[in-house]
Amino acid sequence: MENAQLKYTPLLSNHKQLSARLGPFGGWMMPIQYKGIIAEHNWTRQSASLFDICHMGEFLIRGTARDMEKDLCFTSNLALMPVGGCRYGFILNESGGIIDDLVAYRMGEDEWMFVVNAATKDNDLAYLRQKLPPDISIEDISDKTAKLDIQGPLSSEIMKALAGDGINALGYYKHGRFELIGCNAVISRTGYTGELGFEIYADSRFAQQLWQAILADERVRPAGLGARDTLRLEMCYPLYGQDIDESTTPLEAGFEVFLDLKKDFIGKPALLKQRCDGLQKRLIVFTMGTRQSPRHGDKIYIEEKEAGYVTSGSFAPSLGIGVGMGYVENGYDWIGARVLIKNERFELPARITDKPFYRKGTLRK
Amino acid sequence: MNIPEGLLYTREHEWVKIESDMATIGITDYAQFSLGDITFVQLPAPGADIQKSSVIATVESVKAASDVYAPLSGKVARINEEIVANPEIVNQSPYEKAWFAVIKTRDLSEKQGLLDQYEYKKYLDELNA
Repeated sequence: MENAQLKYTPLLSNHKQLSARLGPFGGWMMPIQYKGIIAEHNWTRQSASLFDICHMGEFLIRGTARDMEKDLCFTSNLALMPVGGCRYGFILNESGGIIDDLVAYRMGEDEWMFVVNAATKDNDLAYLRQKLPPDISIEDISDKTAKLDIQGPLSSEIMKALAGDGINALGYYKHGRFELIGCNAVISRTGYTGELGFEIYADSRFAQQLWQAILADERVRPAGLGARDTLRLEMCYPLYGQDIDESTTPLEAGFEVFLDLKKDFIGKPALLKQRCDGLQKRLIVFTMGTRQSPRHGDKIYIEEKEAGYVTSGSFAPSLGIGVGMGYVENGYDWIGARVLIKNERFELPARITDKPFYRKGTLRK
Repeated sequence: MNIPEGLLYTREHEWVKIESDMATIGITDYAQFSLGDITFVQLPAPGADIQKSSVIATVESVKAASDVYAPLSGKVARINEEIVANPEIVNQSPYEKAWFAVIKTRDLSEKQGLLDQYEYKKYLDELNA
């Protein structure tokens, strides 16, 4: 995609002021790093970082709980969600392939918000408009919504200073409405780094003001998508388009826990059949024995047989070694198995491990 | 970008310092900056015979891996083990502490075609225009 066609967030001038290195991501020109990926990664784990996530999409979905019982688009039961709750889940195709992964927020009795990936937003919207029952309305509020994420062990102290003590009452995967430097914001205790953190949604006209107010606290530094990627990989969280897509199902990716099989949803019959027939491939995670890193597209060999491929791989700054995720044929996915990662540069041993790689995060503290 | 005088440069962003028939090789400030945080360096074995333009080393950053090409042919006389143990030196000191290898050259006429500091600066300006 030509740079001229890329979209920019309302914070572009702020990023330029901070000498960010910008790069394309999901159709947007985004800050990849400011001072350096490792420094930003480490600062997130020890203090707090601010991420511009304005590129992600937000939809407001309106209907009664009774209407929502007819929803077949989301793998969790929207009607049963408590107001103020958040749920991770999937939109699937008829074959059970993942059209997108998202977090749903129940904003009120009759209102939900879907937070979707940037690259899949338009496709998601068209699909939802086609598949949601006529009584349910959907509005794309992405352009008028700014999303800033603050992540790190000190983030609750920093947010308390800006939004008041009420922030401390917000439980994990809960959200509420707060006044933040004079503007109304929805704040959730969610994130994608493994650390205690908050995701802030506000009118995009306040994006710069919010960005500056949060960064005014010297305990916070800006972090780019590079650090976001290494942080999420250390937690074994999937990246849409890389670890999961329409050719993979939540069962293959090991996310059965996010499927509410007591309700009907598009793709459920295919998943039940897949579970019955047995999975062909499964997502595994592995660590390298050295600092050398696997990369997307590398091959995974087990017992001298090509058994799968790497979907995400990087140096893990908190661990000091290379780590990766990938799919292997069913039967080769046992923890502790020795595998060989092959690419044009090396053939190196790795070991399948349990999730996540990083266990010292403050996520639920 | 820092482009010291007295060194020669390649269009693949290696630098080379020639003293008699010995050539010290590294990657430029532009290269280290473009790669970002360097996390791993693989060097050739001492004594290895190297052809000009063949891969002499590999550097990995958090996000990608890149090859380093030999600006001249010859035999690897020394390698810098310190950058293997501490790859971040390549980011911190690309021209001084982070030399990759010293090659005993075979044919110094091969330096024809390498760029001097002004030519390399002009080349970078064109790349980033």
